[in-house]
Amino acid sequence: MNPSLIKNPMPSQEPDVRNKNFDEVALGYTEEQAISEAQRCLNCKNMPCRGGCPVKVKIPQFIAKVAAGEFEEAYKIITEDNLLPAVCGRVCPQESQCESKCVRGIKGESVGIGRLERFVADYHRKNAKGEISNVDKNGKKVAVIGSGPSGLACAGYLAKHGYSVTVFEAMHLAGGVLSYGIPEFRLPKEIVKKEIEDLKNLGVEFMTNVVIGKTLTIDELMHEEGFSAVFIGTGAGLPNFMKIPGESANGVYSANEFLTRINLMKAYKEDSPTPIMHAKKTVVFGGGNVAMDAARSAKRLGADVTIVYRRTETELPARKEEVEHAKEEGIKFNFLTAPLEITKDENGWVNGVKCQKMELGEPDQSGRRRPVPIDGSEFSIDADCAIVAIGTSPNPLIKSTTAGLEVNKKGGIVVNGEDGLTSIEGVYAGGDAVTGAATVILAMGAGKNAAIAIDEYLSNK
Amino acid sequence: MYKILRKTSLNPTVTLMEIDAPLVARKAEPGQFIILRVDEDGERIPLTIADFDRNTGKVTIIFQIVGETTYKLNLKNEGDYICDFVGPLGKATETEGLKKVAVVGGGVGCAIAYPVAKKLHDIGAEVHTIAGFRNKDLVILEKEFAAVSDKFCKMSDDGSWGEKGLVTDALKKLIESGENYDEVIAIGPLIMMKFVCLTTKPFGVKTVVSMNPIMIDGTGMCGGCRLTVGGETKFACVDGPDFDGHLVDFDEAMKRGATYKMRERQRHEDVCNLFKEVK
Repeated sequence: MNPSLIKNPMPSQEPDVRNKNFDEVALGYTEEQAISEAQRCLNCKNMPCRGGCPVKVKIPQFIAKVAAGEFEEAYKIITEDNLLPAVCGRVCPQESQCESKCVRGIKGESVGIGRLERFVADYHRKNAKGEISNVDKNGKKVAVIGSGPSGLACAGYLAKHGYSVTVFEAMHLAGGVLSYGIPEFRLPKEIVKKEIEDLKNLGVEFMTNVVIGKTLTIDELMHEEGFSAVFIGTGAGLPNFMKIPGESANGVYSANEFLTRINLMKAYKEDSPTPIMHAKKTVVFGGGNVAMDAARSAKRLGADVTIVYRRTETELPARKEEVEHAKEEGIKFNFLTAPLEITKDENGWVNGVKCQKMELGEPDQSGRRRPVPIDGSEFSIDADCAIVAIGTSPNPLIKSTTAGLEVNKKGGIVVNGEDGLTSIEGVYAGGDAVTGAATVILAMGAGKNAAIAIDEYLSNK
Repeated sequence: MYKILRKTSLNPTVTLMEIDAPLVARKAEPGQFIILRVDEDGERIPLTIADFDRNTGKVTIIFQIVGETTYKLNLKNEGDYICDFVGPLGKATETEGLKKVAVVGGGVGCAIAYPVAKKLHDIGAEVHTIAGFRNKDLVILEKEFAAVSDKFCKMSDDGSWGEKGLVTDALKKLIESGENYDEVIAIGPLIMMKFVCLTTKPFGVKTVVSMNPIMIDGTGMCGGCRLTVGGETKFACVDGPDFDGHLVDFDEAMKRGATYKMRERQRHEDVCNLFKEVK
């Protein structure tokens, strides 16, 4: 056992170097570092860490294999429960999930479970040969709508259990938020591509450029195209705006647009035909992971970046690690500040943001203290670009074209419970399309649970 | 990959292509659009569907060579493939119940106005087409419009085709002469649509315009295509592209449309020069 009270530190690019490039920030453990970190694990019998994992990865077992230097074995154990370990090792909020339950964390730091998961996945990617899996097909077809985390998890599980799975994707590239949303410096797109290749090797078929609700409908999938069940994993793709004056000025982006231009369309590259504004001073509204991603991307395009957030640092919904990274990279924070208006010049371009200071009042429904405006505290920030990252809502495209599909007042698809069954027989849903914007791993958990339910439903049919 | 089945030059800067896209053709309606990428790493651009054939799976697009992407698209020939072609997106133009309509098309906007005029003609409505071009060399779809129009006003800036004048001159004359339109449908440059709306407003004639703003995904995800319509923010890709023209903030739309103009011009020149050197 390695008695160290702290995790092996993650080798990373220096802040002042990385804030000028889009390469991955964290570089990953070496074999020696991974083994040393794995040896910190106590291999607890009751596996509290596993209880904190939405897809129930057998964590102590895989870590034991890492400690023994059997990395491929470790990979097999992880992928019994999680088909996207290279993604999860990078973007899961481990500190509030598996690692929060780690016994080593009671005195000192928890085991670096996420870092080990990432190491194992990266080791496999570099060393394993692409194996074509030979699962016996059961002849049943399932359609998965959306190729983001929930769709991929659902498709992977069903393919492993003999189903012929077709994933329909509206964009030209699979991956959903993993491709268009999370930046290269947190999640290299090569990794997403490889994880999708692995699913193709499992027999999953991907149909890009198909918008379900437009090109085809769910009714057609089930009654004309021969699918016995459908999983809706269309995410929460509709950007919310603040409804303040000036939001349609030139130089105002939704975080979705800004990040899609950069990540999916590679607008940060000099030779990309997709344009992006290279601003001098960018203001980002919001305090979640998406706001951090947008701010750090804007910084890498050369802007001086300020995040404007209504509450204090304590209430920031973003992962602590992301906030720390942002600060290290020189992102400024204006806490307890709310925007009132985006001002523009005579040609319609952003030239500043009018703000107001806030103070925290009584807790609201979410349990967080409600920000209350302070009278007479108005002030202005100079800016030539503004990015709105205050959240997203489920896309209404499927709901509006599927008779009988129930949604709640926020637009989320209503499901029966953990199994994800919607108001229509044979149609399941999960991820942000149900819950509203949440995390990659919760979406994957929902996709996997729905897949188990679909398997049960079709086995008994 | 999507095969180019036919390519025709309609005038020196406007090209027609028929694309093999059966899934799109099966659902397409006049007024809807597609998004395409010419090649890997290419830009996504929206183009309105100019025609479609459900039996053969063909979708017709008509585009003006204005920037890098349309320039590259125009370099492709019959038998070549384009990388991505997704649709049909947006809402179809509402034609139900219309009995008498003035369809106003300007420039390459006529490519989009044509399927709407045709559909109206097919459902038995009386169609008055007003088409405007800068000069006779730029005229497209003349025969096609003639075949579906009960009245066809040809307008050009220099008088080399039809009458000299603006489409709004012809429209105003028709309305003043007592033509009672259920609706005016205007498709063309923003400035033309703005002035068509200003022309019809005093007469209280409902006017529908087709907006074509900057767009990426076309499914409501990016919000880049947002417009102010009647004081509310709308997304052209999912709420439109057709809107009540009397409510659209055209001045804002024109400013937003110019966001990347400088860069686009610069890159287009770079690309053109690049190809010149290669040749």
